[in-house]
Amino acid sequence: MHQKEFLQLVNPFKDKIFRIAKRLLVSVEEAEDATQEVLVKLWNKNESLNGYKSIEALAMTMVKNYCLDQLKSKRAGNMKIVHNNYADREAGLQQKLEDKDTWSWVEKIINNLPEQQKLIVQMRDIEEMEFEEIAKVLEMNEQAIRTALSRARKTIRERMMKIQHYGIE
Amino acid sequence: MELNKIEKLLEKYFAAATTIEEEKVLKDYFASSNVAPILVQYKPMFVYAVQTKKEQFTATLSLKTKKRSYAVWLSVAASVIVLLGVAQFTFNQYNKPQWQDLGTINDPEIAFKETQKALDMISVHVNKGIGSIKYINEYEQTKNKIFK
Repeated sequence: MHQKEFLQLVNPFKDKIFRIAKRLLVSVEEAEDATQEVLVKLWNKNESLNGYKSIEALAMTMVKNYCLDQLKSKRAGNMKIVHNNYADREAGLQQKLEDKDTWSWVEKIINNLPEQQKLIVQMRDIEEMEFEEIAKVLEMNEQAIRTALSRARKTIRERMMKIQHYGIE
Repeated sequence: MELNKIEKLLEKYFAAATTIEEEKVLKDYFASSNVAPILVQYKPMFVYAVQTKKEQFTATLSLKTKKRSYAVWLSVAASVIVLLGVAQFTFNQYNKPQWQDLGTINDPEIAFKETQKALDMISVHVNKGIGSIKYINEYEQTKNKIFK
């Protein structure tokens, strides 16, 4: 397989990989590194890729594993700061205005969910993947995924309510 | 879209029982400008999901790593081979057994004298060497005079 062919092959889902990585790792830079890493790993598999039914599903599994490993090693290394873009958060009127936009609250809420729920919300609500695909990537059964998703959605709703009613009641 | 239907869909949504199509209906509904006031609270969740999907991987992707490392190792291997070749060649060049006729002495008496002569020569040179070490002693004395 040529590099061009490979790039065409991964093009449809490279953004998806990036978004999943960003969901887990939070920082843009780290998510970019993770995406890069996963794509290079895929490229190195090159010849054996034809053996896989869905390269996209494979990539999803790889990025999930990579990010979880990354988080694990970070926690083991006692590094508490996961995201490095604090500076951007604080600075700028633009950013502050954006923060007021309620949907950035949604982001914060999702990022505070347990990792597994985070992944499920990301894959279902944002990437619009079927339960079957998600089940494969996470190596869980569909029912468990539905349960976790329902719980996550309800948590988001609850916390949103709290934020919206804050100051009113 | 009737409010009733949307409310039903929402209920299903929170039970994680909606299909992708139904979720799209919800997303479209909340993206529109005429969301019913009682449902406005749900708007951010759906708007956020739609917005986030637009985020893209913008960093440039480099797949060169594999090929480059190949090239690097190849050149390392090549240079090692060249180096070994040159070393082998020069080694052989210098260590060629040299057939120089140095002659031989058969009479033990003469041999003894020749050996003695050679050893004398060595000791003369060694003594010369020792002689120049005396200068160092001179330095030592001068140093001792200055630094008391």
